[in-house]
Amino acid sequence: MNLLSFLRRRSSAPIARERLQILLAHERATVGGQPDLVAVLREEILAVIRKHVNVDGDKVQVKMDRGGSVSTLEVDIEIPSLTPAAEAVAA
Amino acid sequence: MGKVLVVTSGKGGVGKTTSTAALGAALAHSGKSVVLVDFDVGLRNLDLIMGAERRVVFDLVNVIQGHAKLAQALIRDKRLENLSLLPASQTRDKDALTEEGVALVIAELKEKFDWVICDSPAGIERGATMAMRHADVAVVVTNPEVSSVRDSDRIIGLLDSKTERAEKGERVEKHLLLTRYDQARAERGEMLKTEDVLEILSIPLLGIIPESREVLRASNVGAPVTLSNPQSAPARAYADAARRLAGDTIAMSIPTDRRGLFDKFFGRRAA
Repeated sequence: MNLLSFLRRRSSAPIARERLQILLAHERATVGGQPDLVAVLREEILAVIRKHVNVDGDKVQVKMDRGGSVSTLEVDIEIPSLTPAAEAVAA
Repeated sequence: MGKVLVVTSGKGGVGKTTSTAALGAALAHSGKSVVLVDFDVGLRNLDLIMGAERRVVFDLVNVIQGHAKLAQALIRDKRLENLSLLPASQTRDKDALTEEGVALVIAELKEKFDWVICDSPAGIERGATMAMRHADVAVVVTNPEVSSVRDSDRIIGLLDSKTERAEKGERVEKHLLLTRYDQARAERGEMLKTEDVLEILSIPLLGIIPESREVLRASNVGAPVTLSNPQSAPARAYADAARRLAGDTIAMSIPTDRRGLFDKFFGRRAA
């Protein structure tokens, strides 16, 4: 058991504390009955895009990273190409 | 077609989620594709133990209720690309786990993965029975302590009666995983020994995980212990257990973190 691994072990509790603070801040905001922000954003973003193109629900990937001060929402939508062939199939 | 494994125990706090994460990561590390499914609806924790809590978008209940596709709810592990997680939801509605819904999700996961590992909640309520329902293999996590052994016995009874396999007259392959084992205390007669637990429960031994500070450290940093410190005693014990699950024959030993002076314990035969 060398000094390095000893120091490394000591440093894990602050990581746990920070992870919990971030997680619980988000959970307290959503579990209390308010609608899940991710779900709301996803549906509204999709609705806007559907006004212009036909979007297949299976072709949507949503990624989330909840942070302390900043969270990121990544919505990956596969939009069908608007070539004449594709439009003919759609029609 | 993948195998469905349930990690169960009856009693809470014995190490089901720790074991699910560690065994899953060890199997994935050996090249198998693995998905971990959290059945603890309302009190999910596997996401936290796996360090994926910030990335949960959809969950098992969303998939069952048709609000999300399975592929959208699976979270790919950042350390092992063939390891995925299907989180439980935080909803309080336990009835959200419908029998048909769970059957469909498990069937789809079996198509995609070599191992579908279901992390059971404590108790014998719906979440626990749903987690074991489709199991081919069961890992019964037990501490060398009277209440844990008693609850494991109840769970073994349920595995033999309430699972799909049992109802078809087939067997669920059952394995005992003894966790938080303290060799020194067992030898001093202060703790049930491996052979005591094996004699009482009479199911084959998958592994003995020594009590270790590395387990708490792994949970603090959000990594399975087999990844956070692969050389640690519990990690080596879990890696051996995972190889036994995969069909390898490995001599049973209780690894130890203490080197040098205590080297004589290293590789000691158990049972």
